[in-house]
Amino acid sequence: MTNLTSETFDQNARAALRDTQLRGALDNLVKTFGERRKEVIKTVDDWEALRNRARQIKDETLAHLDNYLEQFTGNAEKAGATIHWARDGKEVCRIVLDLIDAIDATNVVKSKSMATEEIHLNHALEAEGINPIETDLGEWIIQLANETPSHIVVPAIHKTKGQIAALFVEKTGIEKTDDVDVLTNTARKVLRSRFAEAEVGISGVNFGVAETGTILILENEGNIRLTTSLPKVHIALMGIEKVIPKFADLDVFLKLLPRSGTGQRLTTYQSLITGTKLERDDEGPDEVHIILMDNGRSRMLAHPVTRQSLACIRCGACLNACPVYQQIGGHAYGAVYPGPIGAVITPQLTGLAKTKQLPYASSLCGACREVCPVKIDIPALLLHLRAEIVDGEADGISAETRVKKKFGERAVFLMYSFLWRRSKLYNFGAKLSRFFQKGVVKDGKARSGFASLVPPLGAWTKWRDAPQVAPRTFKEIWKEDLSKRND
Amino acid sequence: MKVALFATCLVDQLCPQVGVSTVEVLRRLGCEIVFDERQTCCGQPAFNTGYRKEAKKFAKRFIEIFEETDAEAIVSPSGSCTAMVKHFHDLFPKEEKWRERAEKIAAKTHEFTSFLVNVLKVENLESSFAGRVTWHDACHGLRELNLRDEPRKLLKNLDGVQFVEMPNADACCGFGGTFSVKYPEISVAILDKKIEAIEKTGADVVVSCDASCLMQIGGRLSRLGSKARPMHIAEVLACQNREQ
Repeated sequence: MTNLTSETFDQNARAALRDTQLRGALDNLVKTFGERRKEVIKTVDDWEALRNRARQIKDETLAHLDNYLEQFTGNAEKAGATIHWARDGKEVCRIVLDLIDAIDATNVVKSKSMATEEIHLNHALEAEGINPIETDLGEWIIQLANETPSHIVVPAIHKTKGQIAALFVEKTGIEKTDDVDVLTNTARKVLRSRFAEAEVGISGVNFGVAETGTILILENEGNIRLTTSLPKVHIALMGIEKVIPKFADLDVFLKLLPRSGTGQRLTTYQSLITGTKLERDDEGPDEVHIILMDNGRSRMLAHPVTRQSLACIRCGACLNACPVYQQIGGHAYGAVYPGPIGAVITPQLTGLAKTKQLPYASSLCGACREVCPVKIDIPALLLHLRAEIVDGEADGISAETRVKKKFGERAVFLMYSFLWRRSKLYNFGAKLSRFFQKGVVKDGKARSGFASLVPPLGAWTKWRDAPQVAPRTFKEIWKEDLSKRND
Repeated sequence: MKVALFATCLVDQLCPQVGVSTVEVLRRLGCEIVFDERQTCCGQPAFNTGYRKEAKKFAKRFIEIFEETDAEAIVSPSGSCTAMVKHFHDLFPKEEKWRERAEKIAAKTHEFTSFLVNVLKVENLESSFAGRVTWHDACHGLRELNLRDEPRKLLKNLDGVQFVEMPNADACCGFGGTFSVKYPEISVAILDKKIEAIEKTGADVVVSCDASCLMQIGGRLSRLGSKARPMHIAEVLACQNREQ
């Protein structure tokens, strides 16, 4: 279930649906995070007001992103951090490699960061002989399994306890066990020794405060605290959209993010890092490097419709709430960011040519919008992307990745549009289908041959009985009967 | 009150009884019904698949037809099609005149149960329905129109009814228009969770406000040979003094 691409989303999804272990694991996800979230948001007085406030802050920041970034970098530098700017993933990887080279380091630890996943940092480092160790338990599990995360917050959610136990037996040489304590202690032992020898720690960033130059990183395991404080050099990778104006704004986001993400009132650890240590003898790294990464974000920012996708705080609530994600998990999307928000962000980051299935991978039920802590209108964005795919105008999306829809579908919709906007043709169509349906459908199933001749009919009737065209349409009933009884 | 009925294409061709029931209930409450026979479809299939130019043509046609009526309200037995009408203005970002016309039409368009409860202020139809029923929240009714309590109130107030809430009533049934045939395996996997929830209630009838969801749910129920059957809320409410 790894190394899948978005181009084969349909096939990936079918394979995922046949994977009973995966679907069992996904059932747990909905129960734990989805339901816990519902309970814990009640501990906030006015959840709606909080969401509105958060979105307001994000909108304000995005409207003046250049100013806030300048303020952020100025204050972070004043506090002793070094700022690097990266246009794309390649530049980030180069900067990280140079920083590692500069101190001749070989031991690198990493904490969970979707931004580093986005640019495949580990691959780039491995190609240069550096093997970074993932220190988040879930990330470490998938690193051992040589897989990719299937969820923004819970990267190994697709794995069952049994699969993880088997993996640990194989990779760490422990005795066969399914005792969770034994498993976590094994991880702890291995990872602690890695921390002790680490020279460089790489992390992501949840929020960067412009007012103070502070970065905030949230977690539950303590591994981020270690990653950012034990090694001599700390490198933090931050998407340019992660900046917020004021320290007090954290109050809003600290209430929203843990509740939305894992259904917690607050994560176990919140690491606030403002530059380097003040005195030589203080604890903490000698160098703090913050890499500000664009990688397609300024293109998203430029477009008024898609801009709101940059408000995302990567909580994963939309994944947990999405009926599609709940059935197929994250890998089927074939992209770093899966689920509803992934279906919106991925095409914008990488272009629509290879991702054109993703905006259609939704029933448009709106559950994602309902849970989004920053009120991103994901269904509207999916519809916008669908329109981009059909019209090929690719507004806000890199021009070289324009796509055209298949001829067949276009023909069907043009025909529908022509016929169904003319009531005589529409009425005649109803008569025709009523006349022909007995020849096409029998007992709710398509008669042999018709399923493959009319693919949508086949797709419907393989699992569901086909509806029948009524003996009289409503219009006929109205004309012949109802209209005469207007009492 | 004079009401213009927007029956929707699905109701017109596949389940006209829903339209008949809608008319019956509204007339019982003293409404005068007008029905423009030129109406067809709101264009949602085109809009949701990304064919905005085509959707726009449907929207303009709809607006032109329904502007002609002197009825105070436009009522439709579908949360989804009503939501589409309320989205028409999105199709005219640069045509202010059309946007205004779209907004005017949207303001007087109501989903059937919302019209009963919020406009006519009727929560009890003083009719009866014998049977164990459960309610499926159709996504667009729920999340675009904020319908949650209205249909439940109407159902619970029926004489002789046994209302049972299903687990996760607000979860999608997996229909999603073209999604249901584009990704049928995913659509049915989602649907089977809904079927499981319906079966858990032991209901004879699963009720909703959208013929599309009911077609999806009903198609699977009958394929699986379930005893539960789908009914539109208009049909349930119209059942007064009638053997069901």
